[in-house]
Amino acid sequence: MIRDITIGQYYPAKSVLHKLDPRVKLAATVLYLISLFLFKSISGYIVTTIFLVTIIRLSKVPFKYIMRGMKPIMMLLLITLLFNLFLTRDGDVLFHAWIFTITEGGLRNAVLMAIRLVYLITGSSLMTFTTTPNELTDGIESLLKPLNKIHVPVHEIAMMMSIALRFIPILLEETDKIMKAQIARGADLESGNILQKAKSMIPILVPLFVSAFRRANDLAMAMEARCYRGGEGRTKMNPLKYARRDYTAYVIVVLYVAAVVIIGRCVPLRIWIF
Amino acid sequence: MSIKIEHLNYVYSPGTAYEKQALKDICLEIPHGEFVGIIGHTGSGKSTLIQHLNGLIRATSGELYYNGENIYSENYNMKALRSQVGLVFQYPEHQLFEVDVLSDVCFGPKNQGLSKEECEKRAREALKLVGLKEKYYQSSPFELSGGQKRRAAIAGVLAMQPKVLILDEPTAGLDPKGRDDILDQIAYLHKKSDLTVILVSHSMEDIAKYADRIIVMNHGKVMYNDTPKKVFAHYKELEEVGLAAPQVTYIMHELKEKGIDVNVAATTVEEAADSIMEVLGHD
Repeated sequence: MIRDITIGQYYPAKSVLHKLDPRVKLAATVLYLISLFLFKSISGYIVTTIFLVTIIRLSKVPFKYIMRGMKPIMMLLLITLLFNLFLTRDGDVLFHAWIFTITEGGLRNAVLMAIRLVYLITGSSLMTFTTTPNELTDGIESLLKPLNKIHVPVHEIAMMMSIALRFIPILLEETDKIMKAQIARGADLESGNILQKAKSMIPILVPLFVSAFRRANDLAMAMEARCYRGGEGRTKMNPLKYARRDYTAYVIVVLYVAAVVIIGRCVPLRIWIF
Repeated sequence: MSIKIEHLNYVYSPGTAYEKQALKDICLEIPHGEFVGIIGHTGSGKSTLIQHLNGLIRATSGELYYNGENIYSENYNMKALRSQVGLVFQYPEHQLFEVDVLSDVCFGPKNQGLSKEECEKRAREALKLVGLKEKYYQSSPFELSGGQKRRAAIAGVLAMQPKVLILDEPTAGLDPKGRDDILDQIAYLHKKSDLTVILVSHSMEDIAKYADRIIVMNHGKVMYNDTPKKVFAHYKELEEVGLAAPQVTYIMHELKEKGIDVNVAATTVEEAADSIMEVLGHD
């Protein structure tokens, strides 16, 4: 149950994507996310789909695994879909019953927005699937370094992020363990109304918070014991270094964005109402 | 009141890069009233195995019978099973959550649907059994020391009055006295109330002292399943899989090598002492 949450989890595999410099992946992800909003025509969607499918193939992360990470956002997706479907009034009416009206524009908006959201999440989770939390924060730290000049505590932010990311699987495991321990003591987590369900979470949440604080305390102690004192003058064990494939990746991403913008705006492909 | 496991397999995260077969074709029988010890190196599948026994983990394949009933059959009452098979996890003190010790221990009995008075009565009994002083009953479980927390948490399972008690390393991180106290209490319960006990431990001494039978796990399989004496006779094979025999067994083997005809099958200090005394001609 709790193991099904895959967002933000590293998936070990040997692929080109895994080997790429995290800075490339971060920049590419940001560009990709922006690119999703730079076109309206369906031809842009086709280009994006091809790009995304290729990247998924390259990453060697099983498709099923990526889809599993989709489950937690299913609700959000559904709400967005329904709102767009029923609240957009644009173009011919396709369907009308009681207070529900579906227009051409509504259907178009709903479907395209849902696809966009799915692509958004697939793309960004692909980055976390192929990048270890450590690499990720190294990348962020290195990309944000210029902000140090205007007194943004970049190193501290990066460290906080890496700790937060590192703790996701630990806390998930802890939750799983505590849930099992309480179920073994006869706790009923499934039945009852919302209020009872919320109440039945107390035996899980209290120990979880206690353990999170305990772990935070231990970690702070361990860091202090190893003389951690912030980022100043600190060197890296594996400093980030661009290889040839990283430059190639930059070029590919820029080409992709250019393609999406040009094709998505200048090729007015229309299939039915889309 | 027996547990019977037939050809049980369990695979973690099937179909992903993290796929791992934790249990392979386990066949076991644990009769009522037995004290069983489970040993095995880290990651050998001990903890996974015991979580099957009260239905917390569902086997990938295979069957598990409790009192002759298949717990994987459709209408099986898992809640009833869990109130009969009590499981004390590793570091059980991490599950404490109530405002005071007594209410925390009452959590299990309360879930069994008992009245408030009955819950409290059972909780007090259980706390007495684990040797927690009455002055702590009203204090917050988070104010207790590590050993006291452990006792309170074990009491939380004992208060449910299970027929089978499973303990996963109940003494890890305790001092020698705390360890002996807790294990002696469990052994006492086992004798007094005919409790089936399944003890997972890394301490060969503890297992040798208390268990009627030892199950040795290695890479998800049952390697040995026999009386302590017979299992520890394989001490060379045990060492190969990262385990060992109790220390006294080694002493007895060395004495024998030096030409003193002692009983090498001795697994507890008492047995060893008796055997040495006998050889030396004392009574």
